[in-house]
Amino acid sequence: MNNIVTNNIFRFVLLLITQVIICNNINFLGYINPYIYIIFILLFPVTNNRLVFLLVAFILGMLVDMFSNSGGVHAAAAVLLAYTRPVLLKFSFGMLYEHQAIKFSNLELGSLISYVSLATVIHHLVLFSLEIFNTSQILQILEKTLFSSIFTIILSILLIILFGKRK
Amino acid sequence: MQQIFNFVIRNKTFLLFLLLFGIALSLTIQSHSYHRSKFINSANSITGGVYGAFSGIDQYFSLKSQNALLLEENNKLRSQIFNYSNETDSILIDSSFSKQKFRSIPAKVYSNSYSRPKNYLTLNKGKRDSIKQDFGVITSKGIVGIIDNTSNGYSTVLSILNENSAINAQLKSSNQIGSLRWNTISPYIVQLEDISKFANIAIGDTIITGGQSSIFPKGIGIGTIASFEENTNGDTYNIEVKLFNDMTNIGHVFIIENLDIEEIKTLEQNNDE
Repeated sequence: MNNIVTNNIFRFVLLLITQVIICNNINFLGYINPYIYIIFILLFPVTNNRLVFLLVAFILGMLVDMFSNSGGVHAAAAVLLAYTRPVLLKFSFGMLYEHQAIKFSNLELGSLISYVSLATVIHHLVLFSLEIFNTSQILQILEKTLFSSIFTIILSILLIILFGKRK
Repeated sequence: MQQIFNFVIRNKTFLLFLLLFGIALSLTIQSHSYHRSKFINSANSITGGVYGAFSGIDQYFSLKSQNALLLEENNKLRSQIFNYSNETDSILIDSSFSKQKFRSIPAKVYSNSYSRPKNYLTLNKGKRDSIKQDFGVITSKGIVGIIDNTSNGYSTVLSILNENSAINAQLKSSNQIGSLRWNTISPYIVQLEDISKFANIAIGDTIITGGQSSIFPKGIGIGTIASFEENTNGDTYNIEVKLFNDMTNIGHVFIIENLDIEEIKTLEQNNDE
């Protein structure tokens, strides 16, 4: 139990620092950044205590907002992602989730990809809608969501596989 | 009463979600208006400390371009000195009559963004170095933005690449003034609005800061005219300005303090009454 808590704290800090120091400054092709801190929300242990989960997701988003001076957009997107996660888990893993038997370290690649992709698209759509906050620029919102999502999905899946196998 | 409690307990997750989402949303909406003193910003010791710890590594990557910038600035200043000393060689300047109007404070950029609709920079100088809101920020080439929030050791800058930014600017050749805004598309191009149709403008003309606002001294470079068109429903031009500064690569900046700002402010307040 203790091991899980320290693991998650470690992951929280590491992902936050990586996000604000490196990933926020990639600006591939001028504006495409990956938002890999959502890995923390994706891999948070599946428990019944969803209140803690929501709060932790909110704090993580708020910290990313603080570092990047973006008001509350990351916090809003992170909380929404945390709230909708059970639905995504049920959709992607089906029976495994019903039996509370998900171990993120050994998953089928197919269901992992669908889980990460769905979550990323939801998160990014909320993120960019709030950031641009202008209905006349819907095309720009969709464009940013699409390209950043591709970047985030590839990077997230690579990171999850790379760091997941060891355990 | 019992039912209310039951309702809260049954829906506690959803209610907490609504609460947190509401907080985040209100902070987002607040950030869409100019200069509302924000609770969440990167001018604090946590973010400053983290950025500071990593900026030591980060600055090595831009060493070459920063050196080139310095050389360029040195060259500019040197040529100014040569020309200056020749002209004023024999004129005696009494320093007791020439009062210093602006003070500049060098600072290092800890973080810089340019890909979002609202961009900010974080600097390593703050209240301890007597930096306050509404001081101007420039580089050797041109303007960068205006100080937004300050903490003891750090401050954030509202970049000119920000939807909320509006800076008083003018043509160098004539005194036509307008306001500088950004349409969030390219970090190299900003828009100059409200320049009257009577102005003689041409592609390549230089745009400088106007003296109207008390933030920047008059004559700081902004950019050159890249293209222009007439406003469809008025007597003004819409001008695209190519910035002198490469906003995507800024290492060192100068913060400009107007030493007369108190006097100007009290004067303006008196006028309002």
